[in-house]
Amino acid sequence: MTSIELRGVSRWYGNVVAVNDVTMTIGPGVTGLLGPNGAGKSTLLHLMAGFGEPSRGELTVGGAPAWRRPDVYTILGLVTEGESAYAFLTGAQFVLASARLHRLPDPEAAARRAIGLVDMVGPMNRRISTYSKGMRQRIRVAAALVHEPEVLLLDEPFNGMDPRQRLHMMDLLGRLGTAGRTIVFSSHILEEVAEVSGTIQVMVAGRLAASGDFRAIRRLMTSRPHVFVVRSGDDRRLGAALIGRPAVRGVELTPDGLRVQASDYGAFSTDIARLARAEGIRLRELLPADESLDSVFAYLVA
Amino acid sequence: MNFDPTIASITVRAALGRRRALLYAIPPLILIGVSAVLRLTSPADPSWPARILGDFGFSVVLPLTALIIGTSVLGAEVDDGSVIHLLATPVPRRVIITTKVAVATVATIVFAAVPELIAGLIAAGPRLALGLFIGAVAAAIVYNALFVWLSTATSRALIAGLGYVVIWEGVLANLVGGARILSVSHYGLAVASSVAPGHALRPGVGLVTACVLSAVIIAVTLAVAVRQLGSFSLRGETA
Repeated sequence: MTSIELRGVSRWYGNVVAVNDVTMTIGPGVTGLLGPNGAGKSTLLHLMAGFGEPSRGELTVGGAPAWRRPDVYTILGLVTEGESAYAFLTGAQFVLASARLHRLPDPEAAARRAIGLVDMVGPMNRRISTYSKGMRQRIRVAAALVHEPEVLLLDEPFNGMDPRQRLHMMDLLGRLGTAGRTIVFSSHILEEVAEVSGTIQVMVAGRLAASGDFRAIRRLMTSRPHVFVVRSGDDRRLGAALIGRPAVRGVELTPDGLRVQASDYGAFSTDIARLARAEGIRLRELLPADESLDSVFAYLVA
Repeated sequence: MNFDPTIASITVRAALGRRRALLYAIPPLILIGVSAVLRLTSPADPSWPARILGDFGFSVVLPLTALIIGTSVLGAEVDDGSVIHLLATPVPRRVIITTKVAVATVATIVFAAVPELIAGLIAAGPRLALGLFIGAVAAAIVYNALFVWLSTATSRALIAGLGYVVIWEGVLANLVGGARILSVSHYGLAVASSVAPGHALRPGVGLVTACVLSAVIIAVTLAVAVRQLGSFSLRGETA
């Protein structure tokens, strides 16, 4: 049982703050690090993996700092973003090299086991240069898993995987988490994180915006106020009727239509159709104005 | 144990793939070819072996071969990110650096020191050939320690190394005698000329100075390179 502890960790590069005062404890099980691109997820993972020094604060893995301590890699595995690998090696040679570098007593057996875990036995004797993006990702996961680390950190592991590979990888991470290992992976896609992780840490603009159980965070995300743009046969009359509804918090009349702030997503979507019919107003367009993930995240930090 | 066979074999395959090995083979082949041609055409002039194999060999072929190999054994992996597969292991950083320097040195010996030996045999016989070979081996070690360190210190190691070889050793050391004291190719020449005296090799430093400074450079660059590799940082998406 190995946990990762961060206390007031910040990391900046010149004037750019990549990670801002993050405090969290990550224990065994699967933890998803969710946030939009540029939120500092990669930087945070690199700090946890000992490939970066916190500018301020304290970070420990299994009770000792990760920075400048190669011994940490006996209990930690890292899968970086991107596809870097020794492309001239075969998958099997690559994982075996990793096993040897970890000074495992039986590197061949460890490599075979890790390759089996990621379901790459078939193509393992082909050169990595011939692999698809998803296969490269899996062989890199095998190399990071070969020494059965207590802690496994993965940066955007599902990028470039097809749905079947994605399911397989999610299942693998889930099994490792259930077995008591500490698994942390980053993603900018809510659904990916929701599938596998029990705990979610949401990062926005370098800060920890929300943290906890997946269901609680999902509720935070869906029960937030929504903005819709509505265009109809008579915007002014529709606006007047809408403001009388409890699900509506505000209406603004603009040249492009009505901007409606709804306090409850579900109630508003059923209300508006009924209302328009009762008033005899033709609805032309109903657009959610802020459904991008960024606005969901922005709401969480506000 | 400061040498890791797994790292060495990956390094050899990465830095010396088939096509690249052909590229490295061109300058030494020129060196050997020129020596053979001169041996056949002007055997009367006694000083040309020292000019071609000493001056040209030690200030062009040897340093440039060491530069390309020494900056790529670790630098190429740092550039494409694959070095993380070495660094995310408990292998001591000291072992990574010394293995990289060892592989680069052996490759430099194959592509620069052995050709000096062969060309020396063609040009003037075993004494000069042996001197050139030992001098080139000594210089290869110092050059590669220097260039591997450069590739941990800057992402522009090739440019920095080229600046040293061309501007410092090529221009300054020729114009200003004092600059030769910090010229690795003159250390090599000093060793060569002490093994093969009387061949007009013209080293700019004495043997003792060359040996002491070589040892200091190797020790310092290795230590700093190990330290820098231990502080290797990955830049995140916001960088």
